[in-house]
Amino acid sequence: MSPELINLIIQATGESLYMVGIAALLGTAFGLPLGVFLATSRNGELFSAPLINRVLGIIVNATRSTPFIILVVAIIPFTRLIAGTSIGSTAAIVPLVIAATPFIARLVEAAIREVDGGLIETASSFGALPIQIVFKVLIPEALPGLLLALTLAVVSLLGYSAMVGAVGGGGLGDLGIRYGYQRFMPEMMLAVVVVLIALVQLVQSAGEYLARRVNRRLRHR
Amino acid sequence: MNAHQSLMIAQPIGPEEVRSYGPQSDAMVRFERISKIYPAYRDKPEVLALQGIDFEIARGSITGVIGRSGAGKSSLVRLINGLEKPTTGRVVVDNSDISALTGRDLRLAQRSIGMIFQHFNLLSSRTAADNIALPLEIAGWSKADIRTRVSELLSLVGIADKHDRYPSELSGGQKQRVGIARALATRPSVLLSDEATSALDPQTTRAILDLLANINRELGVTIVLITHEMSVVRQLAKEVVVLDAGHVVESGHVADIFTHPKHPITQSFIAEVTGDSLPVSLASRLVQEPGGQTVIRLQVRGAGVGDTLIARLAREVGLDVSLLSARIDEIGGQHVGTLVLGIPGGEIVATRSMAWLSQHQVSAERLGYVA
Repeated sequence: MSPELINLIIQATGESLYMVGIAALLGTAFGLPLGVFLATSRNGELFSAPLINRVLGIIVNATRSTPFIILVVAIIPFTRLIAGTSIGSTAAIVPLVIAATPFIARLVEAAIREVDGGLIETASSFGALPIQIVFKVLIPEALPGLLLALTLAVVSLLGYSAMVGAVGGGGLGDLGIRYGYQRFMPEMMLAVVVVLIALVQLVQSAGEYLARRVNRRLRHR
Repeated sequence: MNAHQSLMIAQPIGPEEVRSYGPQSDAMVRFERISKIYPAYRDKPEVLALQGIDFEIARGSITGVIGRSGAGKSSLVRLINGLEKPTTGRVVVDNSDISALTGRDLRLAQRSIGMIFQHFNLLSSRTAADNIALPLEIAGWSKADIRTRVSELLSLVGIADKHDRYPSELSGGQKQRVGIARALATRPSVLLSDEATSALDPQTTRAILDLLANINRELGVTIVLITHEMSVVRQLAKEVVVLDAGHVVESGHVADIFTHPKHPITQSFIAEVTGDSLPVSLASRLVQEPGGQTVIRLQVRGAGVGDTLIARLAREVGLDVSLLSARIDEIGGQHVGTLVLGIPGGEIVATRSMAWLSQHQVSAERLGYVA
């Protein structure tokens, strides 16, 4: 493979990592609090607000049921408002964050709901504030599950990022389509797939390693 | 006019209020005409959990609250620490009406009420020491103060060497010791135990109950034991409250309740620990058709239980009584003896004996007959 092509792959990998990294960061920043709220706001729960819980649940479901490629195109005006442009890697981060946030929120919700309700009661009986319960009990206790959830989200984002080529976002997926498919370069397609597989393996192994490290329930058996 | 008005306003906070809140009150927890109803929600019907609850728990006492599951024990204990509000009535804990407190006042009051749980409820992500530190962190203690207090507490509950262990590395008994240390961290005046030994084996249960007795003796902490096991009440408590279907059906000194249980629920709880107290060889020969010896069981208590009773019964009623079985238990700090007697001479003598016993305030029960 020529050095130009290798340079293309390196550049595309950089774009992919940039988009996925920032989107995962922002998606977590929005998705984590949203997920914690969804997990604690049903009737009688810590932040009991059943109506808001249901409305947010509907919004999350609606976002998650929109196919990503349609989301990308549908929110172009919004993307332009936020990023100043609707083309390029930075612009592509906007739809990625919008797709990642509800996904992460649902994963976080599931992880937080795994925490034994007795622990919330215990902390309440010490006179803990709901916010203290979130930071001192729920998040630390759910941490292994949260790390696995984030791993899953990053892997999914890598998949999504392949589609943002449609709006000139670049990245590995875009490279594979334009060179591997449209220019009939099977070796390029293969290279892109190999890099993607390596990235997913790396992310998955790192996530599982971290989750195992913080999991005190299993570590000492 | 102004002075008069202020007098008028001052009047409602009169002697009665002073009496209920005054420092002279020797009740640590007082339930006043409590009812608790969980309203219907979605497909769940309304639940009447507690009704007409009106009793006191003395300062420094160990009081057992016993009931079957669904009797209202959990609701009762959650009213004491303000996790739940009564539907009517009020709960006064350490002279303050906890059912009326909200927000910061409630959280401050909760720090003087510790609680331990059946499943320990320790954070798996924290070491023993850090679990004990949790209520102190929540109360805003400094790091240095927390460190000192946690070491003290670990020694108090006898697991100073488990400082850095995670709950997954501890046995059930050790986990409950961490739970007890955590509950005592903020120096509470009341310790609520919600089925704290129900998940432990008999030896560990005994050790944990001994630890609770020590804590009560040395720190003067009032202990409220919620349980469905009479053996726990018998070993530790001095007072007992029997709950059934949201009502208090019986309450009093443990030894009194053990020797004179009135309500069928209480009787069934006591039967679970004393059994029929009949030797198997006797139980197998016992019949309900009159004939031979009448078998009666009686319970006596106090020092030297029943030592002269049988002799006096034999002399005063004029019969040859035989002692078929006997055992003595220590209940609520008193000796309680269970004696099974065989009385020959037919129905008339048996009835006379029963009358003599009830005259002498001994509770006796006719079990049947043996040839």
